[in-house]
Amino acid sequence: MSCSQTIADYALRSIGIGLRALPKADITLCEQAVLIGSGMFWNLYFASLAVITGFFFATLLAVCKASDNPWLRKPAEWFIFAFRGSPLFIQFFFAYETFVLLPRVGFDLPLGFTTITVETSWLTKAWLGALIVLFLNTSAYTAEIFVGALRAVPRGDIEAAEAYGMSGWTRFRRIIWPTLLRLAWPSYTNEAIFLFHATTLVFFSGFPAWRQEGDALYYASYFAEKTFNPFVPYPIIAIYFILFTLLIILVFGAANRRLNRHLAPEARSRISYKPQIFR
Amino acid sequence: MMMEFCADPKALEGLQWMACYLTTPKHFQFYFSFIIVLTLIFVTAPVVMLLGFGGALARRSDFLPLKLLGNVYTSMVRGVPDIIFFLFVPIAMDQGIEYLRHKTLCPEVTEPVYRGNDFVVCPPAKMPLGDAAQWVHETWGFVLAVIAFALVFGAFAANTIYGALDAVPRAQLETARAYGMNDRQTFWRIHLPQMWTYALPGLSNLWMILIKATPLLFLLGIEDIVYWARELGGSKTSFFEYPHPDWRVWYFLALLIFYLTFTWLSEKVFNRLTARANPGQSTMGNMGQNLRLEAGR
Repeated sequence: MSCSQTIADYALRSIGIGLRALPKADITLCEQAVLIGSGMFWNLYFASLAVITGFFFATLLAVCKASDNPWLRKPAEWFIFAFRGSPLFIQFFFAYETFVLLPRVGFDLPLGFTTITVETSWLTKAWLGALIVLFLNTSAYTAEIFVGALRAVPRGDIEAAEAYGMSGWTRFRRIIWPTLLRLAWPSYTNEAIFLFHATTLVFFSGFPAWRQEGDALYYASYFAEKTFNPFVPYPIIAIYFILFTLLIILVFGAANRRLNRHLAPEARSRISYKPQIFR
Repeated sequence: MMMEFCADPKALEGLQWMACYLTTPKHFQFYFSFIIVLTLIFVTAPVVMLLGFGGALARRSDFLPLKLLGNVYTSMVRGVPDIIFFLFVPIAMDQGIEYLRHKTLCPEVTEPVYRGNDFVVCPPAKMPLGDAAQWVHETWGFVLAVIAFALVFGAFAANTIYGALDAVPRAQLETARAYGMNDRQTFWRIHLPQMWTYALPGLSNLWMILIKATPLLFLLGIEDIVYWARELGGSKTSFFEYPHPDWRVWYFLALLIFYLTFTWLSEKVFNRLTARANPGQSTMGNMGQNLRLEAGR
């Protein structure tokens, strides 16, 4: 079987398009590379959706945690502690077992042009259940980064905004939020990378891979099990992850340049590819 | 361990039933697995520190191959998910050792070890030997897990220590030179002691990450707390002594509480340590509060 045939058969296997049966005997390098690459779809799906939705919730959480009102601050603190203090792996298991216990019902959700039936059983599927856990998890980690940045917003900036007559929402949207993002961005880049890496846990943590439609690590470990040779699939998946990690750094680097574009070159914060510990 | 009144579980009710249920031999295996997790953490931590120092010093070395090795080692965890290493390292180590033993113990076998979909070594090369006791197999699995954890977290620690060594003000080292200290004296008397203040926030964070990575033992086939939570929590029909519906959610809730308590206590201890390390050091007071490496989960 040629490699182009394999690509036609398996390139979209992880979303259920293509040959149903996975390769079992005489597994070729091409089959491993194509299927593991196909699985990357799920890693990208989970990471991108969780990071984008988590961004907004994290901003809300950060504002709550930095607030003087205990009714806002305490719940935010507890939420952040619960998700940062426990392993994501256990969070997945716990969420899955909770979702399984929910009564199986459907709600009609009118969208205007059409009506879709939302079923609670979707929560037991990885595409929604795991996404929710990842969303909550990254929100907590990102919120902690944002709180740190929020406290680091220069007082002078806020006083200047007040001098211009800005207050409340306007001041937040025009002054505090952009500065917060600029200060938090290097750490936030790291968070996005590590969340992307954490998506490999999904199919090892209770959420079943429906019809063997799994993520990259699901297929990599499948091949390692089938061929008894870990030295092929794991380096392949490592290469995929390095490439996509570089892509994330590229995209976030571009955003970082935009956030810093009004500053003198020497005052700009660069994304360092070292851990964000001594900044 | 069994209490007197537990002799006939079917006749029990309420609290008594619960007391008997929670003291079955299987539950003691569950409680023992918490000790396995704690052992893993306390055995791994010193190895992690050693590897961390090794990696950081290698990266600072002037000898090019060593520097390269240090660079590869410290950057490998930044591009590739740690879970891949946890899956890869134990099986790769296992096969590597078996392969070497195969080559030395059975030189007469000429067939390749990878045959089709199988990895075949001669019986005396097996690790552990096929007729070894169950506990030998379990210990071997645990040792491989420790090595995998130590390698990955050693790389994280190397990043932290490298950064901390870099963060010590240059003026301090130059002063040491001015006092006539040589390379070795400067490193041991000035550079290393000062490094700790800068490394502490990163290392405390690393400790948290190490705690939170322990449930991954489950992926390595070790009968850890996740294994037992699934095993004991699954619904038990009336065929069992203590029948109950699916209670896995409660078992995982217990695990969540265990981890939250553990990280909470660790944070308290590290806050104390940081407070002790800071006096007399000219560092930004609350450094590391918001600037942490949020790597593992």
